[in-house]
Amino acid sequence: MLSSTAKNIHWMGRYLQRAKSTARLIEATQRMALQSRGEEAAGVAAIFGMEDEFRQRQQQSSGRLASLIDFLVIDENNPSSLVSSIGAARRNAREERNNITVDVWESLNGLWLELSERLRGNRALLDRGALIESVKKQAVMIFGAAQVTLLRDEAYNFLQLGAFLERADNTARILDVKFHLLRPDGDPHADGLDYFAWSEVLACIGAVRTYRRIYRSALDPMKVAELMMLRRDVPRSVHHCLWMVDLSMSELADAYGARGEADRLAGELHARLRYARIDQVFEMGLNKFLGGVRGDIATLSDEIGRQFLLD
Amino acid sequence: MAAKAFDEMNSGAADSVRAPYRAVANWLAQTSPEKVAATRHEVDVFYRRHGITFGAYGAVDGAETTIPFDIIPRVIAWDEWEHLHRGLVQRVRALNAFLADAYSEREICRAGVIPEQQVLMNAEFVAMAQGLELPGGVHAHIAGIDLVRVGEKDFYVLEDNVRTPSGVSYVLENREVMMRLAPELFSAMRVLPVADYTEELLATLRSVSFSDDAAPNVVLLTPGHYNSAYFEHAFLADEMGIELVKGSDLFVDEGRVYMRTPRGPQRVDVIYRRVDDAFLDPLAMRPDSFLGVAGLLGALRAGRVNIVNALGNGVADDKSTYTYVPEMVRFYLGEEPILNNVPTWRCDRADDFKYVLERLPELVVKEIHSSGGKGMLVGPTSSKAEIEEFATLLKARPDNYIAQPTLALSTCPTFVGQGVAPRHVDLRPFVLSGRKTTIIPGGLTRVALKEGSLVVNSSQGGGTKDTWVLAPGAAANG
Repeated sequence: MLSSTAKNIHWMGRYLQRAKSTARLIEATQRMALQSRGEEAAGVAAIFGMEDEFRQRQQQSSGRLASLIDFLVIDENNPSSLVSSIGAARRNAREERNNITVDVWESLNGLWLELSERLRGNRALLDRGALIESVKKQAVMIFGAAQVTLLRDEAYNFLQLGAFLERADNTARILDVKFHLLRPDGDPHADGLDYFAWSEVLACIGAVRTYRRIYRSALDPMKVAELMMLRRDVPRSVHHCLWMVDLSMSELADAYGARGEADRLAGELHARLRYARIDQVFEMGLNKFLGGVRGDIATLSDEIGRQFLLD
Repeated sequence: MAAKAFDEMNSGAADSVRAPYRAVANWLAQTSPEKVAATRHEVDVFYRRHGITFGAYGAVDGAETTIPFDIIPRVIAWDEWEHLHRGLVQRVRALNAFLADAYSEREICRAGVIPEQQVLMNAEFVAMAQGLELPGGVHAHIAGIDLVRVGEKDFYVLEDNVRTPSGVSYVLENREVMMRLAPELFSAMRVLPVADYTEELLATLRSVSFSDDAAPNVVLLTPGHYNSAYFEHAFLADEMGIELVKGSDLFVDEGRVYMRTPRGPQRVDVIYRRVDDAFLDPLAMRPDSFLGVAGLLGALRAGRVNIVNALGNGVADDKSTYTYVPEMVRFYLGEEPILNNVPTWRCDRADDFKYVLERLPELVVKEIHSSGGKGMLVGPTSSKAEIEEFATLLKARPDNYIAQPTLALSTCPTFVGQGVAPRHVDLRPFVLSGRKTTIIPGGLTRVALKEGSLVVNSSQGGGTKDTWVLAPGAAANG
């Protein structure tokens, strides 16, 4: 397999996961806005690291949340928007037509064709909700097609690396930003619980019911943080994602008969999440802990590029 | 248009249906228009969803369009194909002999058959390829020979393509589609299969490696996904199970070519390139090319990597060399050509030029180095103004043009608008030459979808059909 193939497949996984996370996040935010406190847009902007961008846009346009959502969903000039992410994933896939299965290609290409079709019409009449729903549903199907049909070779592991690195970072970012908004002092035990706000945080990773199944109790900020970070059995938790990353790194190391800095870092990150305890995390400061994890995820991403000549 | 064109379905004796088409005619008669419309829609969805696209150069939005596919197959009887097959093998053998000669002793020039300047002054001549000894002496490993038919027994070669001929992926995909859409017709007709093309192609590519490695590493070099034939590149690489590489995936070290992989560099033995000569090696050819590999030609000259098709093949397939191909057959093989050329006037000859200028409204005039149906005049379907405009170009550089009579290309029944009507077709069989020569039955049938049009090129709005060569004896049972 070519290095450029590894790179394209890796980024196909990343972009697709990015689109999926974004879709879910926007949906959760829109639901929240119905019981509005008026700060959702700012919160979303913070998650995407676009506070400045958002402030500027706020001065120009009315209907703040709606305009932000358009920026995140259909703006082709925003490289992280839903349509841009799907476009990028499809470009990567198209270059690797011969390295992915027909099922993966067809489902991804089908989604891209559908989005293109929707965007061709009058933007004012565009049903944003349906578009977001479509991305969410079909992204699941594309990943499903990958799981069911892809040969378990190097390419598959690079896809997994891309998707899980992106997902780990995404969950960590949502938790980091939302927690800070809801508990600026970082104290999970402070008085006054905004039930809707906390269920929104869970909804961002589609884990409201999961929470109830696991804890069978009222929403508690500390447990929300534990679920999103440390639970190995929650497929979108930071721990689970980094476990998968570590697993794919081991598979590649076995295939290539060599290990490097990326392997060490992946193992270390995985262990950190696996053995952390939620009370200790809060003692240290959630913000600080997550900052460290997110920084190391970024470093790991760079190291993977270096180790496998993806750059 | 002069005479009425030969229709491959209906021009039987006393305007009856020709034997190879009987089953098709029955199928057409029995299938309702609604069914046909539904089927055509299904085809379009299939092609788009599979991403079988063709980005015509110059499309404003870099858009990917699908080539229209016509669901009525084009049928060729066994004895017809057998004749074509022999003619194709002969012609490609002669072209290969000529290429080997053109880049070594040029005996054909010394014998006075072809003027040496026709070779050496040719814009497509690549001096770097002089004196190369290629495995098996093969230069044109993959040849696409464009044939047209004008009568029951009359086939002509319209042009030879021995650089990077494309279109074979449509042959294979069209067959897939037809087997899915019309299984009853397909099974009634005993059609010879084409699916082994990619296996034969891989065997051909492996057979021309310099190394005696049992499994030489073959890669397909593409200019990338902005190229109009990118789908085909990916398709072929996929079917052969080889890497699809871009120039940036390869590098040359110590005279060997390697590809970059996460495991480290891996040696490459044979490159099936779909990149034009000029872009292959920025050190040897165009320095501004990003599509090639620096040092590639050095590795070729050192006998470390083979490049397929060979460099400089353009000297054999431009429209002026074309006129000499029958002579090549006689000179190298000592045989009479089985397939005829279309009579051609060379405008660099004073007599021919005078004749052509007087008869522009009835001739087809082509630029020598053009392709894709560009730079040509089809006299009978052009306006007076268009003809005058073209005449100005022609007078400025007569040596840049050849002219041919406007042939009444055969027609095949084709779905257009709401019904079935005859449309002009050509045929491009693909000839593989390695240690042996193979041709899959049939080839790519291109069809001019516009009424009366003779231009079948996909970049000019042509479509394609599945081409069915019938097994021996099958037509009689039809």
